[in-house]
Amino acid sequence: MIAPAAAVLAVLALWELAVRTGLLNERHVPAMTDTVAELASLLGDDDFWVAVGHTLEGWALGLGIAAALAIPLGILIGSSPTAYRSVRFVIEFLRPIPSVALVPLAVLIYGVGLESKVFLAAFASFWPLLVQTLYGVRDVDPVATDTARSFGLGRLERLYRIKLPSAIPYIATGLRISSAVALILAVTAEIVIGSAGLGREINIARQGGAIELMYALIITTGLVGYGLNALTTRAERRVLHWHPSQRQVAA
Amino acid sequence: MRRVAPALEVLVPLALLGLWAAWSASSDTFYYPPLTDILETFNETWVFERVGSDVVPSLLRLTAGYLIAVVLAVAIGIPLGLNRTARRAAAPIVEFLRAIPPPALLPLAIVVIGVGNSMKVALIAFVCLWPVLLNTIDGIRGIDPTLRDTARVYGVSRLATLPAAAPQIFAGMRTSLSLAVIMMVISEMVASTNGIGFFVLQSQRSFAIPEMWSGILLLGILGYALNLLFAAVERRVLAWHREAHA
Repeated sequence: MIAPAAAVLAVLALWELAVRTGLLNERHVPAMTDTVAELASLLGDDDFWVAVGHTLEGWALGLGIAAALAIPLGILIGSSPTAYRSVRFVIEFLRPIPSVALVPLAVLIYGVGLESKVFLAAFASFWPLLVQTLYGVRDVDPVATDTARSFGLGRLERLYRIKLPSAIPYIATGLRISSAVALILAVTAEIVIGSAGLGREINIARQGGAIELMYALIITTGLVGYGLNALTTRAERRVLHWHPSQRQVAA
Repeated sequence: MRRVAPALEVLVPLALLGLWAAWSASSDTFYYPPLTDILETFNETWVFERVGSDVVPSLLRLTAGYLIAVVLAVAIGIPLGLNRTARRAAAPIVEFLRAIPPPALLPLAIVVIGVGNSMKVALIAFVCLWPVLLNTIDGIRGIDPTLRDTARVYGVSRLATLPAAAPQIFAGMRTSLSLAVIMMVISEMVASTNGIGFFVLQSQRSFAIPEMWSGILLLGILGYALNLLFAAVERRVLAWHREAHA
């Protein structure tokens, strides 16, 4: 516990020192203490929390829509070898398309508001989830399936008792990846097309030359990302406490 | 059934493409031009009219940023993977920097570095660094203890076991590759005078819709081609690994 804390403090001190001694230009990088003070004053600012809320709103809606589409679709396609083979190429082609390539399209169709942000976040986080779900459903232990079948379990019951439980760890990992992706795209939309949220505030701060504010806001986005990641990891551990991957003692 | 499947793999994408062509052929919606128009524009724009002015600069930035990231990440990751204390000390810093949504760094990069090529390369490198770094650390940590002990028994340096981490490093490099494309596009959309990202956004702003679609199509093809290329390199470099585990 001491080493990490010491390292963080050392980096912060180095930052402060580098600016104060003039190693880093203060017009480009504000001093650490000034940035932290700015961040502290932001915490009491209502507009700041509104911006955080806008960003989280885009993240939550995008991820929610992606999950609602990708998980059922993945289960459906993954359950049938024929279906899987026939769409495999389509998925492999659509998946690497950088979601940001769709920014102009989103602006045309949805304008510069929340819809664009949600569309981009949902599109980008859809693919990792779909692929993870597909892998999960296809990775079911055939012995388990055969056993269930010989015990006379029907299709639905096999799905519910065998396929889903063994796919859930994959889906959980997919959700964790997608959560990070959805946040990235939400902030991208705010910066590139100016939807309301932290990204837009960062851009405004830069244009207004408010360097400390810009750094404080960027640190905020990092903290939001860090927090969301911690949250999803924790939720995963809780939901999957029965699964071998979570049972081992932390190394 | 097994014989039908490979045919389906080709037929379904073709059918979808045909469906798009048929549906868009009669479309008079401004935003969704007929597929034939898009392909025609694609042909006029990218073969090879704008390759030198937009595609090459984009690809150069992508390659430079990506390579810098891989070299740095492996160089930092090896000592961190070998040393427990260093790893634990670096963990919170790595976790925090990694969690910053990359586009949020764009305004910062503009202030500190300016709007030129080096800003875009730096941004791509910064973003691609983390997946490779984390995978290098994990890969080195996960080296089979038997391998390490064997090396020690034979008096070979510990460094000789490092290639065992290569498969995981490659997994990180694959993740980073798609990030590199994304950052290339974003950085070109915000501050640039050329590049594919610039072209796509500029087309949208001037309502050159088929041009915009052709750019999106090109980015899709580019992403796919880079993935194929990467898979080929990986197969080559990791051939020894697959043989050992066959």
